Amino acid sequence: MKPRDLLHSRPEGLYCPQGDFFIDPVQPVARALVTHGHADHARAGHGAVMATRETLDIMAIRYGADFAGSRQEARLGEHVMLGGVAVTFHPAGHVLGSAQICVEHGGLRIVASGDYKRRHDPTCRPFEPIRCDVFITEATFGLPVFIHPPAADEIGRLLKSHDQFPERTHIVGAYGLGKAQRVIAHLREGGYSAPIPIHGAVQKLCEYYQARGIDLGPLEPATTGDGAAAPRASPIVIAPPSAISDRWSRRFADPLAVFASGWMRIRQRARQHGVELALIISDHADWTELTRTIVDTGAEEVWVTHGREEALVRWCELNGIAARPLHLAGYEDEAE
Amino acid sequence: MQAFAELLDRLVLTPSRNGKLRLLTDYFADTPDPDRGYGLAGITGGLDFPAVKPAMLRGLVAERVDEVLFAYSYDYVGDLAETVSLIWPAKSGGNAAPSLHEVVARLSTASRSDAPTLMADLLDRLDPSGRFAAIKLATGGLRIGVSARLAKQALAQFGGVAVGEIEELWHGLKPPYEELFAWLEGRGQKPENAALAPFRPVMLAHAFSQADRALDPARYAAEWKWDGIRVQASAEADMRRLYSRTGDDISAAFPDLVEAMSFEASIDGELLVGDPRERTDTFSDLQQRLNRKTVSARMLSQYPVFLRCYDLLTLGTRDLRGLAYPERRAALAALVAGLPSDRFDLSPEVPFDSWDELDEKRRNPPHPVIEGVMLKRKDSAYLPGRPKGPWFKWKRDPFTVDAVLMYAQRGHGKRSSFYSDYTFGVWTGPLDDPSLVPVGKAYFGFTDEELKQIDKYVRDNTIERFGPVRSVRADRDHGLVLEVAFEGLNRSTRHKSGVAMRFPRISRLRWDKPAHEADRLEALEDMLDEKRLNRPAKP
Repeated sequence: MKPRDLLHSRPEGLYCPQGDFFIDPVQPVARALVTHGHADHARAGHGAVMATRETLDIMAIRYGADFAGSRQEARLGEHVMLGGVAVTFHPAGHVLGSAQICVEHGGLRIVASGDYKRRHDPTCRPFEPIRCDVFITEATFGLPVFIHPPAADEIGRLLKSHDQFPERTHIVGAYGLGKAQRVIAHLREGGYSAPIPIHGAVQKLCEYYQARGIDLGPLEPATTGDGAAAPRASPIVIAPPSAISDRWSRRFADPLAVFASGWMRIRQRARQHGVELALIISDHADWTELTRTIVDTGAEEVWVTHGREEALVRWCELNGIAARPLHLAGYEDEAE
Repeated sequence: MQAFAELLDRLVLTPSRNGKLRLLTDYFADTPDPDRGYGLAGITGGLDFPAVKPAMLRGLVAERVDEVLFAYSYDYVGDLAETVSLIWPAKSGGNAAPSLHEVVARLSTASRSDAPTLMADLLDRLDPSGRFAAIKLATGGLRIGVSARLAKQALAQFGGVAVGEIEELWHGLKPPYEELFAWLEGRGQKPENAALAPFRPVMLAHAFSQADRALDPARYAAEWKWDGIRVQASAEADMRRLYSRTGDDISAAFPDLVEAMSFEASIDGELLVGDPRERTDTFSDLQQRLNRKTVSARMLSQYPVFLRCYDLLTLGTRDLRGLAYPERRAALAALVAGLPSDRFDLSPEVPFDSWDELDEKRRNPPHPVIEGVMLKRKDSAYLPGRPKGPWFKWKRDPFTVDAVLMYAQRGHGKRSSFYSDYTFGVWTGPLDDPSLVPVGKAYFGFTDEELKQIDKYVRDNTIERFGPVRSVRADRDHGLVLEVAFEGLNRSTRHKSGVAMRFPRISRLRWDKPAHEADRLEALEDMLDEKRLNRPAKP
């Protein structure tokens, strides 16, 4: 059997005809397998959704309990047969509940990794490399210029700035699912114990993380109902990236815009975002992680999707691994 | 090196002056000698490593990285130094990261032939930020938005001394400035400036206000305030230097004037283009001569510079700064009388008996390159800095034009949530079907309350967005009219409108004025400096 007969892209997403399911479809379909809860991978309106417990919960938080006709929990490492295809979920290390999906049929094994990273992250289970014939990798940071520094160093820079400018409110822009909680958890690891005010848009997901036993320390709403700032001197505040330099930020004392993202590696990007402190913290694999993972899976063939496919394909060629870009529409390059 | 690299990364993203000052003073406090001194030298442009060229870096990276991957990366990042710093393969288990001192020492002894090996070794031992800093340092041009003046201000703040003291010492000091830091930390004597023809801190004036009319006019002398750049011409033995008012040595750009400095003195004056016996040209003529490292013979003949002398600080071995103004003035007049008359003249005094009379004169100056009057209290000494009382400047009223808001851009720092940088235009084209052409950009002049109002207007009237910029609805029937004040107007080939304003700012919001009543480009063209001088534009 050819790999393309087992999984191929259709306008709705990556499709498996034998099992009659899609992985991370971007349009409503009858049966969807979802790798993780980010909005461009997990959409509402499918007939049936299979995902990890956490991903199902996150979808329910974001879209309401009726986000799909039916829900099926995938337990990590457990084989489930779908129309003669063996499906297994394995941790991807991207955000809480994120999984790679391994599809096996007729002696052929393909792993769709979704988004992943291999760095230390106190808020989710670490990535596990799965031996396979075909590995489908993301390429968000698929250029050799993207080498993320250790997150602890970046948090150290935030804490140093907080010491240097104690009178200014450091508003850290961090994507609401995963990044916000990870930044908070790293701050706790870095010894920052003060209550952290958080923007309303990240509150529910933080509560969910805490309910799943992830220690984020004391959190409090950054704003009260009447729009006033929480009464606290010189805090570090966590907010979605869109809020850090918009009107919301005006209520704080002399706000200092901080952005936590892998894109912050590029100076021009940091300048465009108008941030004063750029933290290079990403929930995606950097170039070293991407190339190491391809080797770890032992895959003879690599399909590269969303991001800078051409550079990773080039690297595979240089290293004697068959590779091609897999064009999937609808994933947000910018999401971080 | 790490601390310096981190400092550069922070400075480039920090818009506010106070924020930069704090980053710099913290760096001086936390970094040991001699690294902090070399960091200071890097920021103030005091280091030069001619052996390292960008082309060499390309060659080095080509030996280490696949060319296709490099091309994809360079295309994405856009900056060569940054791409090289990021893509350079990290060496694990190599030698320890070099200190800034080591980087500087090795770069400065490098020859053309061993520079590549040396640079590669440094890059091997640094992290991406450190590599970026080393490359920028080696190839010149840090471009971090910190002037030498700001660095000196930070030193003054760090040591709790007046910035004038730093400026005065500066030209006698050499990297890594250990003597200077020892003094600033109270561990050593103030360094003595042994350099010949040193810079002496300039005396500055406060703006004259209505309340100052209570002063007795008889106690003040007045002279015209010329629209050139304030400089200090110092000559001692065979050393001749021309300084900007912040103490930067600009001698190299003005060899014609320096050659004529056949005196032993330190003169405060205005640098202007023209021939003092015949004509004084505009600021835009002077701009042709500014910020040049070398100057062509054609420039020298087309835009000759001269010094219009205001004050005398030293004469021979005598320091005149403690003397009263009339005594200094008399000595200056005697000195200038003996200097080449094509390069030096004495700034004439403006007689007046009352503030009203002087007001009338400063509003209607006899020459278009005059921007107002200067007042010097007759009993005052020449003091460094901007003491309150002895000197005033009373400027001619600015030019104003009514323009229409066209684009607004988000500000930085405190203003990052506000659309606070405005591009405005005036009408041009047929009278019955005019269109707006941008004529300038301004980001101050309004109050915080007005900023909020304009921000709301921008958000409510956006027609297009380009990243941080919004295009605002502006047509004959709809638009916000801004009264823009500016100091002068030059012809410009870089702007579509053909004119460039000097020092534009928003002077009033004209909510009351319909957009179609804003000014036309022709009105602006009549205000061109060259038109007011009644002479044709130079090519």
